[in-house]
Amino acid sequence: MRFMSELTSKLVSEQQPQGGTSRRGFLKLMGGAGAGLTLAINTPFSLANASESPEALNADGDFAPNAFVRIAPDNSVSVVIKHIEMGQGTFTGLSTIVADELDAAWSQVVPVPAPADASRYNNLAFGPMQGTGGSTAIANSWEQLRLAGATAKAMLVTAAAQAWNVPASEIRVSEGVLSHASGREATFGEMADRAAQLPVPEPKSITLKTPDQFVLIGKSVSRKDVGKNDGTAIFTQDFKLDGMLTALVLHPPRFGATLVSFDDSETRASNGVVDVVQIPSGIAVLAKDYWSAHVGRGKLKAEWDESGAISQSSDEMMAEYRELSQKEGLPARNDGDAAAAISDAATVVEATYEFPYLSHAPMEPMNCVALVKPDGCEIWNGEQFQTVDQNNIAAVLGIKPEQVKINMLYAGGSFGRRANPHSDYLVETVHIAKAKPGVPVKLVWSREDDVHAGYYRPAYVHRLRGGLDAEGNITGWQQHIVGQSIAQGTLFEGGMIKDGVDDTSVEGASNLPYAIPNLNVSLTTTQKQVPVVWWRSVGSTHTAYATEAFLDELAAKAGKDPVELRMQLLKGEPRWQGVLKLAAEKAGWGSEVPEGRGRGVAVHKSFGTYVAQVAEVSLTDSGQLKVEKVVCAVDCGVAINPDVIRAQMEGGIGFGLSPAMMSAITLDKGKVVESNFHNYQVLRINQMPEIEVHIVPSAEAPTGVGEPGVPPIAPAVANALAALTGKRYHQLPIKLDT
Amino acid sequence: MIEVTVNGEARTLDVPADTPILWVLRDTLKLTGTRFGCGMALCGACTVHLDGSPIRSCMTPISQAQGKQITTIEAMENDPVGQAVQQAWMDEAVAQCGYCQSGQVMSAVSLLKRNPTPSDEQIDSGMSGNICRCGTYPRIRKAIQRAAENGTASIDESLFTEVKA
Repeated sequence: MRFMSELTSKLVSEQQPQGGTSRRGFLKLMGGAGAGLTLAINTPFSLANASESPEALNADGDFAPNAFVRIAPDNSVSVVIKHIEMGQGTFTGLSTIVADELDAAWSQVVPVPAPADASRYNNLAFGPMQGTGGSTAIANSWEQLRLAGATAKAMLVTAAAQAWNVPASEIRVSEGVLSHASGREATFGEMADRAAQLPVPEPKSITLKTPDQFVLIGKSVSRKDVGKNDGTAIFTQDFKLDGMLTALVLHPPRFGATLVSFDDSETRASNGVVDVVQIPSGIAVLAKDYWSAHVGRGKLKAEWDESGAISQSSDEMMAEYRELSQKEGLPARNDGDAAAAISDAATVVEATYEFPYLSHAPMEPMNCVALVKPDGCEIWNGEQFQTVDQNNIAAVLGIKPEQVKINMLYAGGSFGRRANPHSDYLVETVHIAKAKPGVPVKLVWSREDDVHAGYYRPAYVHRLRGGLDAEGNITGWQQHIVGQSIAQGTLFEGGMIKDGVDDTSVEGASNLPYAIPNLNVSLTTTQKQVPVVWWRSVGSTHTAYATEAFLDELAAKAGKDPVELRMQLLKGEPRWQGVLKLAAEKAGWGSEVPEGRGRGVAVHKSFGTYVAQVAEVSLTDSGQLKVEKVVCAVDCGVAINPDVIRAQMEGGIGFGLSPAMMSAITLDKGKVVESNFHNYQVLRINQMPEIEVHIVPSAEAPTGVGEPGVPPIAPAVANALAALTGKRYHQLPIKLDT
Repeated sequence: MIEVTVNGEARTLDVPADTPILWVLRDTLKLTGTRFGCGMALCGACTVHLDGSPIRSCMTPISQAQGKQITTIEAMENDPVGQAVQQAWMDEAVAQCGYCQSGQVMSAVSLLKRNPTPSDEQIDSGMSGNICRCGTYPRIRKAIQRAAENGTASIDESLFTEVKA
């Protein structure tokens, strides 16, 4: 997803409210693959188009100057949120941007989830497409929402000036109150009606605040995604409609197996079961509630044809990948002549790194509510990929995408899972609902269904070779990555795959920032029947580990300090150096490491955000790896909400520790071995280190924080462990006995 | 028919005896604050109190609650320790996606009722059955410490004795 963040950086740096660049860029990136999509294309990033009449009054009688701001007579300020709230803080961060320019009181601000409507709510980093991903929510919304808030404020000021017959320049606005030196005062709500009668001013007439004028930005205002501590927040799992049926699906036992026949007589006789429906992805059992559907599904007898199914085991796949890694790949980057530099080197270091498939395993297993009606379809979902999902659902039903109405509910985590180019679980729900028109259907996956459903982070092997000269300088670097492509066969193929190289497979390696004169990164894409998709921080989930662990191996061989070496190789890269220096200082890098501990560092940039982490590890009495402490430094430009940024770094570290220490999806003759949290293990509280987060002060345009905390933690831990044990760790999860 | 008390209210339930408490709460009684996470008592999202003790409702059949008191997240606003924990959760801005937090709060309340002044190690041990994929663990530790310091000190000691007994 690097292209998205690059596009975002470009967008933000150009500060172009018209946003034409993003649309053209997206269409170009989409290439031919985009042509098959029916996308509602409008003039992107036009605030005016949100208001159908020149006046800013919406159907509810609220002041609605654009698609993002609604001010009601009751003095509430609704901010329409186009990005899913899945824990990363969009409700808070996006509301803050609007509220600050508007000078609203934080207490009067209410976030409202946007409908699926790409004509108003497209992600400017994705072009004409609505959706969330690539840590773009803040970055693509920054100028758009500032303008939205500032426009609303300008109109309120004009309204007050006219009402009080005073110059607009004399009106003060603070915490939702307009005032004048004469003593006159009005709340936003009181002035909303009058403001709604005014024409919406042109964007170029609007002046945005300078950073010193920010009131809420930079403060850790309280989160707006409330109801999460008392059970009142409604996730899709909790959403109910009258007459709704709950569906569980029996899926094939292996990827690529097909249904031959089934006997549902016992299921149909089972308490609470209403119907059994065959769908392309399996057999759906519809019942009055979850437990009835669960019991009924257990009584299905199905025969599967597994002749065309995957039959490879994980160890065989890794052996195949290791062999492929010895051969030539397609070039992703070629600086100088890495092969020659390595063959001329005084010292050559080689290492092969292995990464398994990973499941996202959000706490809320996938689920979706669908209602198929004569005039279309309505969806309730933790909705992340609106435009893609509208298209895929429309294709199932033979209707137009705009006939698919999507309600965005809170998501109980995603980590990339819900941004699926194939809309897998939504499409499954709609196939079931299609068989029961007029009846609301809730598909629920059990944890086992969720773990077995695929769309994993792909498994990869990286082969690295590095050359050092007699002084220990790195003269050559070769990296060959082997694994499945995420973009292949999806609508993102045209934009993400260039000359056979899927950028999501190599990002984080092909853009290695280190000053190494001869550098070669190549890719071999494999074809497997295991469905794959992005997983929080995408390519950087594995490239950061391979590059940062290997750099430490080279540093050790050269007798150089890992931080000093990185600082040298990052000369002329102040933001990279800035986070590295800050993390090293705060962690006391260079000071004596406590007895029994090892200290290690890693630095990585993803989605435009720079993160360095220093980890301290120890071994328990029983010889288990324990991560004691992590010091993290982050540079994400303007820190809109420092506490949310800290939370995302803490959470990213926790999320990244699972694959570092324990998580893996493995195949046994094609069957997924893991099924639930006993064998797909994830980090628990007793394994969570103490974490310190430091934010680099910055006036740069803000970038995302949802993903960038993840990549550095695994290599920082491995490097710390190497410092303690003297061994190197070439597989995730880390195995201590190798 | 199974007779239970849920959040202080007597209920007579006509459900199969092997139905897990979780699905009786969620589907029959429409108390959806208790979450479904794994169905195998591995993640703690479904934690409720049965006669004051924390249980995983996804694996406990309703028949085991016959004649007993079930307490869920929906009742925590009326529980002094529950209030202290929920306030601390707000103060520390614990929740991210929030899906696991009902279970986290229920486990934390149970921990504090047994041990009003837990150490970090005791918190880790008491809370290790509750998974949070967003990684809010450092804040959960802080919030429990905060609730212990601020909230529960003033609570009637008999509450603890009662639960211990």
